Amino acid sequence: MSEYKMDQPVGASPLDRGVQGIIGEPLNRVEGRRKVAGDVPYAADHKVEGKLAVGVAICSTIGFGRVKGFDTSKAEAMPGVLAAIVDDPRIPRETAGFSDEKLVTGNDRVDSYGQSLGVVVAETFEQARAAANAVKVEYDPGEGRFDAGAGRGGARPLGDEGMVPDTTVGDIDAAMASAPHTLDRTYETPSHAHAAMEPHAAIAVWEGDSLTVYTSIQITSGAKKKLVNTLGLGSDKARIVSPYIGGGFGGKGGLGTECVLAAIAAKRIGRPVKLVITRQQLFHLVYRRSDTVQRMRLACDADGRLTAFGQDSIVSQNDGRPFYEPVPLGSLALYAGANRSFTTKAYTLNIPHCGSVRAPGEAVGILGVECAMDEMAEQLGMDPVEFRKLNEPEKDLTRNRPFSERQLVQCMEEGARRFGWERRNAKPLQEREGEWWIGRGMAAAIRVNMLTNAQARLRIEPGGKVVVETDMTDIGTGSYTILSQIAGEILGMPIESVEVRLGDSLFPAAFGSGGSMGAASSGSAVALAAEDAVAELAARMGTSVKDLTLKDGHAIAGNRRVPVGDLVAQKTIETTGTIKPGAMAKQYDQAAYGAHFVEVAVSGVTGETRIRKVTSVFAAGRILNAKTARSQAIGGIIWGIGEALTEEAVTDPRYGNFANNDLAEYHVPVHADIPHLDVTFLPELDDKTNPLKIKGIGELGIAGIGAAVNNAIYNATGVRVYEFPITLDKVLAGLPAEAA
Amino acid sequence: MRLTVNGQSHDVEFDVRTSLLDLLRETIGLTGTKKGCDHGQCGACTILVNGRRINSCLTLAAMHEGDEITTIEGLGSPDGLSPMQEAFFEHDGYQCGFCTPGQIVSATAMLEEAGKGWPSHVSASLEGEMRLTPEEISERMSGNLCRCSAYPNINDAIAEVAGGKS
Repeated sequence: MSEYKMDQPVGASPLDRGVQGIIGEPLNRVEGRRKVAGDVPYAADHKVEGKLAVGVAICSTIGFGRVKGFDTSKAEAMPGVLAAIVDDPRIPRETAGFSDEKLVTGNDRVDSYGQSLGVVVAETFEQARAAANAVKVEYDPGEGRFDAGAGRGGARPLGDEGMVPDTTVGDIDAAMASAPHTLDRTYETPSHAHAAMEPHAAIAVWEGDSLTVYTSIQITSGAKKKLVNTLGLGSDKARIVSPYIGGGFGGKGGLGTECVLAAIAAKRIGRPVKLVITRQQLFHLVYRRSDTVQRMRLACDADGRLTAFGQDSIVSQNDGRPFYEPVPLGSLALYAGANRSFTTKAYTLNIPHCGSVRAPGEAVGILGVECAMDEMAEQLGMDPVEFRKLNEPEKDLTRNRPFSERQLVQCMEEGARRFGWERRNAKPLQEREGEWWIGRGMAAAIRVNMLTNAQARLRIEPGGKVVVETDMTDIGTGSYTILSQIAGEILGMPIESVEVRLGDSLFPAAFGSGGSMGAASSGSAVALAAEDAVAELAARMGTSVKDLTLKDGHAIAGNRRVPVGDLVAQKTIETTGTIKPGAMAKQYDQAAYGAHFVEVAVSGVTGETRIRKVTSVFAAGRILNAKTARSQAIGGIIWGIGEALTEEAVTDPRYGNFANNDLAEYHVPVHADIPHLDVTFLPELDDKTNPLKIKGIGELGIAGIGAAVNNAIYNATGVRVYEFPITLDKVLAGLPAEAA
Repeated sequence: MRLTVNGQSHDVEFDVRTSLLDLLRETIGLTGTKKGCDHGQCGACTILVNGRRINSCLTLAAMHEGDEITTIEGLGSPDGLSPMQEAFFEHDGYQCGFCTPGQIVSATAMLEEAGKGWPSHVSASLEGEMRLTPEEISERMSGNLCRCSAYPNINDAIAEVAGGKS
């Protein structure tokens, strides 16, 4: 078994030595033909043995208080109803985030609107839905804190409770008081929903006291642990199967309510149970991204060099939940400035709790930073790209450590060239096409890079087929494909000869998909397992690894060329690879970078913004598959456009519910909102990150793009909006009358 | 009740409250058609009824006696993809793949609509031949949401098939 801890730069990577020529290539997804034929099973599609019953969750219709009692008699008497379950102490009050050991349970109280209180199970969905509506719940409502604006005044400092501990360097107040140029602005972002296309769902099957749950979960090993803890099972008595996931974005990171409810119901009725959370329920049953208030403080000397840089934030959370949106995560090392302040306060909202939504930290934090940088550049009379280049730091000035690889300046320069940045007018309200004002803006992108413990098993079976197993998941990111490419490249196998099996908690634990660290972690584990297999193949060829070449399913050494299938005809090769994070993560500041350039048209009549052109350039280590990497990038960019212009989960301060809890009212971008996107990755290898020399790319695209949109809107209209999303009413309010 | 799905006749019994989507998925067992919202907001359940695209969650199964239904499974199989499926595969017109059956069925029908000269909100004229510009494709596909946001790739895939047709 090969184990590697990332304590020093990797030197030559196994991928550097491969000669198969498939790594980095824009290969189509290995599961793609099945996906476009509707042939892969998502959570609610699995066929199971036994007569499947259908569960529907009973959800709270108040936002805060106690439950006095239930009346299930009417529901139980309805046709087809098998059980109406409200008496199980394990009924969850939450869908778990990343950090809980088990779900918060017990339906005697209501922590937030829409939390689960029980489950009705019937022969059909129609019967279960009607019966769930017929369950009467008697409440004793309490005084919930539902109003974001009212609560922020009492926010408490988080100190070191959050993922990013409060950090100050120098004296930002003194620097602000003495600098010739200062900016002190506050930006706000609203609650944000994952809104994955696939609703959370689970099919629970018991065999004796052993439970199998077919579901959609990004991190199966973590979820399995929470499932056995929540249900009170032995650690070997549950299995989670999650081979295809219809989008996650962090929302399927932890154990879902649906898994526990389906398991409870299936045990109660002695039959397998399928439970799908409805779209309306999802907005309340799945955690949200916190609303944020970000006070940005920048000070510059007369030449435009930053002397102070601060981002002090307020976020919300429900009682008793340990996750806080790490607003300054990507901001800490982004720019220069000797005096720095990054602090976070939190206040309580009794609405659905907060958890990870794509790019926790940067997705909101870089909005404040990059809008403020644009405003400061204007104050200085400098070009926004030049102002950023002037303030490129030589190291991470917050934590006083060097960068691993950082090509932010190169991204900005290449982006500016591709976009035609020189066409931008420095002043707003200069370019008009009919009712439309044209503007251009830019912003930097950054996403921290991480590595975590992961394991993978690899077999070369008689005949030469390579099988890789790990509980890593594919949430649309391309895990099946890139892991096939990694194994194929190192073992000299065409991609068709590699079969990757994912998303089963019986496989070696590999963390899963989250935090843009899935490819690095599971991919490194696969590479290490493949390296061990190469060593065994060399031994069977009677040569050294150095003198062995593997290509097209053949082992070549000296003047011999032997099919790999022949080398394993007598005995299968089985290896395991394990990667562990190490000193590199502390010694170097590791991040992926990018730059976005956006052209917008804003109606002088309605204030509506149309995105006309986007150019984004990224530098994110080695790219494993040029096609799926680009898809992740454009997906992130479009998420950021949604964040900028339309996405806001609106709380009703009277009841603590989200008023727009469906896809007609919570506006994610649609086809017509998005033009062609120009995306480029710069060549990069980062030997401090992991044995693959890659960086995470799943969350990079979202960072900063919303600020580029806001800066372009200002450039078009002269209106700066400080409260996201930038809906047309906010733009219209600032437009001069002559702009119409 | 009898209806035809992908050329095969089915005699089915069901609760009168059953949507056409749930009938296809739960009774007939064709799970390629997806339920994303159950309210006609996302397009993941798009199928063809007598050749026209509809959201199958918004119509009751009982309203479709004798109808000819086509689902994603009826357009092609992994070993024999339709031209639209092949184009989505080549252009990476998806990521997670959940909305994809709806996108592909919708796109297939949309080309027929444009071929008949049906205008859209962004068409310059209500009459005459319809040219499927990227803007026309985006407008006509906006009933199909994709949270992975593969929109530019989907547009390229459809444009390729549309180009081949004209």
